[in-house]
Amino acid sequence: MDDTRAPAIEVQDLQYAWPGKPVLLQIKHFRIARGERVFLRGPSGSGKSTLLGLIGGVLTAQRGHVRLLGTDLAGLGAGTRDRFRGDHLGFIFQMFNLLPYLDVLDNVALPTRFSRARRQRIEGGDVRAEARRLLTELGLADPALLASPVNELSIGQQQRVAAARALLGSPEILIADEPTSALDHDSREDFLQLVMAECAKRGTTLLFVSHDTSLGALFDRVISLDELQRSDAEAA
Amino acid sequence: MLALRSLRNRRTTALLTISAIAISVALLLGVQKMRTAARDGFANTVSGVDLIVGARSGQLNLLLYSVFRVGDATANVSWASYQKIANHPDVAWTIPISLGDSHRGFRVMGTNNDYFEHYRFAGDRSIRFASGQRFADLYDAVIGADVARQLGYKQGDKVVISHGLGNVSFAHHEDKPFRITGILERTGTPIDRTVHVSLEAITAIHLDWDSGMQAQGAGRISAEEARAQDLTPESITAFMVGMRTKVMTFTMQRAINEYRLEPLLAIIPGVALTQLWNLVGIADTALMIVAAFVVLAGLLGMLTAILTSLNERRREMAILRSVGAQPRHVFSMLVAEAGLLASAGVLTGVALCYGLLYAAKPVLENRFGIFLDPGGLTGYDVGLLVSIVFAALLMGAVPAWRAYRNTLSDGLTIRV
Repeated sequence: MDDTRAPAIEVQDLQYAWPGKPVLLQIKHFRIARGERVFLRGPSGSGKSTLLGLIGGVLTAQRGHVRLLGTDLAGLGAGTRDRFRGDHLGFIFQMFNLLPYLDVLDNVALPTRFSRARRQRIEGGDVRAEARRLLTELGLADPALLASPVNELSIGQQQRVAAARALLGSPEILIADEPTSALDHDSREDFLQLVMAECAKRGTTLLFVSHDTSLGALFDRVISLDELQRSDAEAA
Repeated sequence: MLALRSLRNRRTTALLTISAIAISVALLLGVQKMRTAARDGFANTVSGVDLIVGARSGQLNLLLYSVFRVGDATANVSWASYQKIANHPDVAWTIPISLGDSHRGFRVMGTNNDYFEHYRFAGDRSIRFASGQRFADLYDAVIGADVARQLGYKQGDKVVISHGLGNVSFAHHEDKPFRITGILERTGTPIDRTVHVSLEAITAIHLDWDSGMQAQGAGRISAEEARAQDLTPESITAFMVGMRTKVMTFTMQRAINEYRLEPLLAIIPGVALTQLWNLVGIADTALMIVAAFVVLAGLLGMLTAILTSLNERRREMAILRSVGAQPRHVFSMLVAEAGLLASAGVLTGVALCYGLLYAAKPVLENRFGIFLDPGGLTGYDVGLLVSIVFAALLMGAVPAWRAYRNTLSDGLTIRV
């Protein structure tokens, strides 16, 4: 199912409405190539979360197709979609990314509990060593920090732990939903640089969603959700 | 295991929930243990006796007055009939019983030394003396452990028997006092609350009595004069029979029940005890039902705790979903949580119950004569405990279903 030539994300004739509500999303065509880093801009309420739900496979469109790595999500059963998400997608959310009852390393290792594919992609098979290596690359090497409860970390540190988790086991696609909006201006760019460096190293496709356009310059391409909705804003 | 770590994160609520379940389980198990102990104690009151024979009345009535010293006989058994049955070739031994008098609220039972020889309780335990010995003299008395403790009697003390029953009797056999020659070990049966004297002594103290009144003046017979008289009783209240061969028990029972010269009733103690227990057992069934409802309340507490936690855990669920957890993972995690809480509660409850039972054991034995052997968990106990955990798992399906629905509608949206 993993067609290496297929684009990372391809959306076609998509239409979605929440039950009993008017149509919220209507996208003719939209694709992101493998390894591409795309900034998706849209004000809150524009349907960003819904689009991410559709791409993440927790929502199913009433019409149209969402293809990830060549696989049409609509063709998969709910359980398979969940597994597909676990295997191929990494998520970073705005805040509160971490489970308070797991320590830092266990939070990073969380995807391997659900995805065998991501466990197998770790060289040498040592999940905790890989988690520690990723955290070090993201600037969290301090052992005291790793030992402390996650809710005692600063928000910036928490977001980096979340990034390490999203990258662990090298999923092909990283989806970041406003990951920087809880950070102050300086740490925003630092964080983004780190994440982008990791994505570049692994060839990970990055879909970065934010309402804050000031970061757009760092990306290969900036798409506005409004434009997507209005026309077939195909690029690349 | 995620469910366990998640629970540990909410340890205050979890511990409270576990405590509630533990206490309810301890109560249920305690009631169950006490129930078994009471039933055994009941069944253990008399053993080794094949038949109890008295005047024809009801089976329960005969059992109650002959073994439990409760209630009165409606009529007596003539000495002649007693002798005839006692001398039957199939009969190994008999224990005559003569009731009707009391001592400061405790029943006085006239019998003979065969009683100490043949009576058995709690399986094969025989009556043992804590101090002293059996009747040797006409005016010797042997008292049960409760009588000795409550009235502070020692061997050698003099006691006066009162005519009739009841705590406050005005007619006393003051002219014929008894000497305590023996104090029995605690048995946990009505024996502990009985004053035993010989059959002849019962006859002796009533020689000069007629219709509940003692003769006046010259009609009086002194304690020493009584020794010279024929003290064979005219009748006794009841008697217990031990058969030479157990298989003859039913034949003998039928023969006695069809005895033509006198209306007699022979009962098999085990059968009558079961009948009595069925009557008394209603109370302990009620207790068991109450305990079961307490367990239900404990489980409902758990359900409430899990349900209220769900809203603040939607974020947790969304994170799990984002890393590939399926709704069924979320469902089973919550069911596992209920299972863990209930299992921990049940285990703690069992420990609590046994702790309390072992702590209370000496007190119960010494002060109340209740022999409570906590023993191991019986198959029934284990079944009970397993069904509690099973019920918890079923109840866990309620919050699990709600979380399942939440995860489907929330998707990856993190709601705080």
